[in-house]
Amino acid sequence: MERSDVEGAPALRHARAVRITHWLNVVTFVALTLSGIAILTAHPRFYWGETGFFNTPAAFELPFDPILEELYVRAWGRQVHFLAAWIAVLNGLVYVGWGLYAGHFRFQFVPHGRQLQWKSITELVGRHLRLQNPVEKSGYNLFQKLAYSAVVFGLLPLVILSGLTMSPGVTAAFPQLFTLFGGRQSARTIHFILAILLVVFVAVHVFMSFLAGFRRNVVPMITGGYRGQMKEDK
Amino acid sequence: MKGKLSRRKLLAGAAGLGGGFLAASQASWPPSCRGIFGVSDALTYTAHRVLHVNQPLAREFGREMITPNFPINGTSNPEDARYQELLAGQFVDWRLPIEGLVSSPGELPLAFFKSLPARTQITLQSCEEGWSAIGEWTGVQLSRVLQELGALPEARYVVFETVDGWWDSVDMADALHPQTLLAYGMNGGDLPVAYGAPLRLRVERQLGYKNLKYLSRITVTDRVDNIRDGTGSGSYSADFPWYAGI
Repeated sequence: MERSDVEGAPALRHARAVRITHWLNVVTFVALTLSGIAILTAHPRFYWGETGFFNTPAAFELPFDPILEELYVRAWGRQVHFLAAWIAVLNGLVYVGWGLYAGHFRFQFVPHGRQLQWKSITELVGRHLRLQNPVEKSGYNLFQKLAYSAVVFGLLPLVILSGLTMSPGVTAAFPQLFTLFGGRQSARTIHFILAILLVVFVAVHVFMSFLAGFRRNVVPMITGGYRGQMKEDK
Repeated sequence: MKGKLSRRKLLAGAAGLGGGFLAASQASWPPSCRGIFGVSDALTYTAHRVLHVNQPLAREFGREMITPNFPINGTSNPEDARYQELLAGQFVDWRLPIEGLVSSPGELPLAFFKSLPARTQITLQSCEEGWSAIGEWTGVQLSRVLQELGALPEARYVVFETVDGWWDSVDMADALHPQTLLAYGMNGGDLPVAYGAPLRLRVERQLGYKNLKYLSRITVTDRVDNIRDGTGSGSYSADFPWYAGI
């Protein structure tokens, strides 16, 4: 379905699988971020290694007012976090499974030769610096491809694995997770830093889609839209 | 040839997974599986029990990793008058009733637990709040105690009550796990009062809140839905699920 444009029929800019998993992802991302903050109200201190608690020095600490802990939102936060995490992980597996099957990553994530030419890179950088619409006629631009690849195959798997490293049940079966992240507290700290990076990614992603035009970019993510539509808009 | 091999592997994998699900289905749903969050609770519990088919052990550390000043959580010295009496008498008169689905129930003194083979383990305790610490625990395996008293085959849960009014339960997968201890020693000495003297529970594959201090009664049972609020745990009333392997 990714390559239906070769037939000459108008190809959808975003396949249905991308649109459904994308918006489900929006819901779980908001839920995970807010519930993550709620969980942190109980202990907004971060450590490195295996151990750390209120009497030991912290690597860094969030300036949370102690009143936040009194609100006792963490129990609710934990329940939301784990439910949203299950949905996000299952949704992610569907997306990656479909992406491999349909060739989404091969055709949409791997930069093509033209995009890697020096001239197109400098032009793309220039468009970003001038805050001009960097959207290409069809498919993702080079920076989109790199950013989406880093998120889908880097940040998200790591945020899941570092989260699982905090689970005494999972680590009993996979103690290698502790080795991967350098201990239980390191995993918790890395989980937090990865979450911040994901929030930064989402902020830039949302900013760019509005910069490139709400109607042109956000609407097709809902309706599908057509690749050809871009030229007519111009 | 290649196809044949991968197919055989696939079949073996499917069989292993099937066995896992069978084992997990015997454990059935977690008792506190309620409402929308019950869905994720049940998914987590089932997934973990599949991962735990071969009863893997939680990591153990060397003595050099023991945390000085292990955090004290919850009650640090129960106000209960009877407890204070027993403490003054160095727990000589202390008895732990173990009842329910066992062929020889009884009220057992500390000496009984100390007379059974001891296990010492240095493990990481993770609190739901986010902190963690490493401690050394010495005690008798709960599985050994259940064996001594003759736990009946229909046993499905072991319920624990404490001096400070808390209660919780574990399924048989955790009850029979080699690292599940009734601990009377910590860091090489007697278990201090602040850490649950004279006897506390260690459940190393779950969060700290599952590791009850000041045990006052143990009941072996085939169901927990008829005990108190039926959620299998005092923690559920505070919105913390019965299964805390997260």
